[in-house]
Amino acid sequence: MLNYIWAGMLLVGFAVGILSGRLNEVTQAAFTSAGNAVQLCIGLLGIMCLWSGLMKVMEKSGLVRLIARFASPLMGLLFPKLNGSKKAQGAIVMNLAANFMGLGNAATPLGIKAMEELQKVNAGSDTASDPMCMFLVLNTSAIQLIPATVIAIRMDAGSAAPAEIMACVWFASACAMLAGITAVKLLSGHGRRHALLRGGS
Amino acid sequence: MDYSFFTSISLYALPVLFLLILGTGLSRKVKVYDAFVEGAAEGLKATVRILPPLVGLLTAVGVFRASGALDFIIQLLLPAASLLGIPAEAMPLALMRPVSGSASLALVSDIVRMYGPDSYIGRVVSTMMGSTETIFYTLAVYYGAVGIKNIRYTLAAALFADGVSVIASAWICALVFGR
Repeated sequence: MLNYIWAGMLLVGFAVGILSGRLNEVTQAAFTSAGNAVQLCIGLLGIMCLWSGLMKVMEKSGLVRLIARFASPLMGLLFPKLNGSKKAQGAIVMNLAANFMGLGNAATPLGIKAMEELQKVNAGSDTASDPMCMFLVLNTSAIQLIPATVIAIRMDAGSAAPAEIMACVWFASACAMLAGITAVKLLSGHGRRHALLRGGS
Repeated sequence: MDYSFFTSISLYALPVLFLLILGTGLSRKVKVYDAFVEGAAEGLKATVRILPPLVGLLTAVGVFRASGALDFIIQLLLPAASLLGIPAEAMPLALMRPVSGSASLALVSDIVRMYGPDSYIGRVVSTMMGSTETIFYTLAVYYGAVGIKNIRYTLAAALFADGVSVIASAWICALVFGR
């Protein structure tokens, strides 16, 4: 998908540039942007290392586990069908906790583990179960404690207060999460029944 | 209502977090410095990994914008966006965000550079970037891992949540910082 978007932007950009006679601007933009990308990465390096390091300390201190235990009452509400599988619950909480702390490298393996546990309960079907849908929607709308990349971009662009948007990010994420949970709760059960009626799953 | 509450939370969050994390680490006899260096090395690798896609995508975005094509699309989307209270300049990011993380990163840094990080638009796109996820990538990785083919309503629910966070970002930034 990205192949088409990327090629499309370049093709349309150059074509429109030729048609509107902005040849010089378009060519300049190509070189300047490539240079900006490298500068951006250099600007990101310091703060990315700083946060990744701090998050690793958090992981090793057992803070990730602590948060997982703290969140377990919520799990019953969000995944009512999962009471049988403590393993699936644990993996889900660990993944969400890792997401919460921006531990992308830790979050992905944990999330795949959670999906494997959910698939065991799903009896190997190729149709997504309601807990899987809930888990993925939570995963894509999850709150991140420190939006480090965004803060780094703002810092790099010379912001007077790069971290000032943090509370706004939390608020917008919370809205998204509530919307996602509501959507899943409303839609769960639908489609599944149809699949069963058709003899699928 | 006084919204300075939000900005002061942000102000205290980072120092308090540092104290909390290092304090917990030391009290649990974690080799905090070793762990930090190990994590920092991972951060370095992650940053180096995003450089090649960033060069490709920033170049495409730069060419697209310089040609005037982006302005045309923004003009087209202006009525729908203003109806929902979203600044038109943030619309390209709203459309790109679910599809590609690196492309939206490129867009955010481009928009922030263009309008300034402390402008209303700069703050809105920062908030949008921080509060949304690359939905298509996430679904592909997790459903792909266990061989699910029928994802039912997952995409619809995820995109709905994404749309809500786009609108919420525009509104909360207008409330907290003003336009």
